[in-house]
Amino acid sequence: MAIRPRTLYEKIWDDHVVERRDDGTCLIYIDRHLVHEVTSPQAFSGLRAHGRAVRRPDLTLAVPDHNLPTTKRRDAGGNRVPIADAESAAQLDALERNTADFGIDYIDAAAPEQGIVHVVGPEQGFTLPGTTLVCGDSHTSAHGALGALAFGIGTSEVEHVLATQTLLLGQSKTMEVRVDGTLGFGVSPKDVILAIIGKIGAAGGTGHVLEYTGSIIRAMSIEGRLTIANMSIEGGARAGLVAPDETTFAYLKGRPMAPKGEDWEQAVTYWRTLPSDANARYDALVTLDATNIAPQLTWGTSPEDVVAITGFVPDPDSFADPAKRDAARKSLDYMGLTPGTAMQDVAVDYVFIGSCTNSRIEDLRAAAAVANGRHVAPGMHAMIVPGSGLVKRQAEAEGLDRIFLAAGFDWREPGCSMCLAMNPDKVPPGKRCASTSNRNFVGRQGPGARTHLVSPAMAAAAAVTGRLSDVRDLMSGPGGDSL
Amino acid sequence: MDPVTQVSGKAYPWGQKNVDTDVIIPAHWLKTITREGLGKGAFETVRADPANIFDDPRYAGSPILIAGDNFGCGSSREHAAWALGDMGIKAVIAPSFSDIFSGNAFKNGIVTVVLPQDAIDRLLEVAQDQPISVDLETMTVTTPFQDRFAFELDAFRRQCLMEGLDEVGLTLARDTQISKYEAGVATHRPWMSGERAYAGTSVESTGRT
Repeated sequence: MAIRPRTLYEKIWDDHVVERRDDGTCLIYIDRHLVHEVTSPQAFSGLRAHGRAVRRPDLTLAVPDHNLPTTKRRDAGGNRVPIADAESAAQLDALERNTADFGIDYIDAAAPEQGIVHVVGPEQGFTLPGTTLVCGDSHTSAHGALGALAFGIGTSEVEHVLATQTLLLGQSKTMEVRVDGTLGFGVSPKDVILAIIGKIGAAGGTGHVLEYTGSIIRAMSIEGRLTIANMSIEGGARAGLVAPDETTFAYLKGRPMAPKGEDWEQAVTYWRTLPSDANARYDALVTLDATNIAPQLTWGTSPEDVVAITGFVPDPDSFADPAKRDAARKSLDYMGLTPGTAMQDVAVDYVFIGSCTNSRIEDLRAAAAVANGRHVAPGMHAMIVPGSGLVKRQAEAEGLDRIFLAAGFDWREPGCSMCLAMNPDKVPPGKRCASTSNRNFVGRQGPGARTHLVSPAMAAAAAVTGRLSDVRDLMSGPGGDSL
Repeated sequence: MDPVTQVSGKAYPWGQKNVDTDVIIPAHWLKTITREGLGKGAFETVRADPANIFDDPRYAGSPILIAGDNFGCGSSREHAAWALGDMGIKAVIAPSFSDIFSGNAFKNGIVTVVLPQDAIDRLLEVAQDQPISVDLETMTVTTPFQDRFAFELDAFRRQCLMEGLDEVGLTLARDTQISKYEAGVATHRPWMSGERAYAGTSVESTGRT
């Protein structure tokens, strides 16, 4: 009997079935579990209440990120700086206590490797192709960039994975998202994923696992793929995958937690079997020709509210769906925008370059290329929060920090920061922020804050011009400054 | 988890589409280390408007919420389900839910009922001044006007809800199967077992980002 062609998702799924139930749901083994301070305390309390242990502490890694302040972690004398906010401090204490009590590896808040959990996982080689990886955070989809079936879970599921190293899941449908063409000058992976979400909508991928394919994805670095897979959840998909290839293997080789020696060779041999078979069938197909897309940004309060930087604030009446018309009116009211306004005429008060979507070294290089020799506009607060201590160190080795500081940017310590405003980094009410993060929801960056999602280069352009700007106008074009 | 077989009573006739979990419970409420007391933060930004539906005396304390497409999108925070539960909501009816939210809701005894938009429109109308009922026994949503909308629910989830089962306990009972799977992985994919490589090695590592 011929073997049915399978997609990457189906191959990973099949290799992780512990037990198939009569109703088709499966007990799925979880290979990797990332834990942070916000969604785990109640899970550990649950374990304690039932006297349960962590089944595989060796497959679990914890790092605080969500509500750490992005100010110095140690004072001049090398002592830890206490967290002023009592609740945030209590959550960090709980994570330290829980990881110690249950024997889980923990990256300390002041360690050089500390960072956003989705930056740390790939960076340490904890994230591997063909694994199932979960974390109590919806942007876990990012790890799919390395060919891991990775998705966010709630706290009850965190508890379930800690206790059993499994989850009971129904198989998802599959959607191929094929991106072909050539990326134009100044157009980045962030623009590609915003264009995709604009096309499929915020619920377009619900019930599906996405697989990004096509020449653009193949040519993209792991950093770029992480940006794309990260925002799968903004298109409604719990997970997004990129098939592992030579780029993936080169990225992972030699990382601290990646396999070594004989194990590495065996792993690569297995990983090469994972890409979807030639005739594998997906339940849905979305195509995007990236050749003609301009830098993208959002105008509203849903990540699907996407427009090109050359475009205009839409008229709510232009939407056919009455619910969308109503939502657009509310969005524009919240955003303080008038239909028909050119996006490039919108003034910005804050810029945030960071988050698990865009805080890796390539993102900082792209922003620095724009900031170099320029200065942040008067009255603007432009903050850069590297994704991890290692990213920060790398950027400093390349001199990017000096470019940013000379240009008047605020250069911070790693964490989730202004992406979700759990720590002191907030956009004040009514203020407008060009942000490289992933969500433009009402109140996301602080109560009343107005968010426009953009790429790192576009964020830097907004910082130096004081308004939403087409970054291509600031660069000299192909052959000139590189983005 | 308390068993739930039926949720009946008033319903918030909201109908809002793309309600994200930042709207259900803003991030600053997530600093808690317990599951309790989040109701007071639920829909905080919506409640900033004095004319909001949640503080309307006609609907106060409703056990049911009727919403639009893609309810619970965005963050995986289970705090959203805890907040809804704490404000007394035991069922949410919408045309679609985010996958993560519906899982979280179910694990907290909150029923997520998927019905087509035309049924939602009818329920929004009825709930203006009449109660509605969600029944897990018959898998229907009914109104005092003889409306009867059948819905589907995963059989396992239904059983867990109706019997108030502890899912972690159920899975722990499959220990033999899990151990067998782990033994297979150790043989066929030996690199998968955690080397605890982080401890002691990474600080001196390549430092690559």
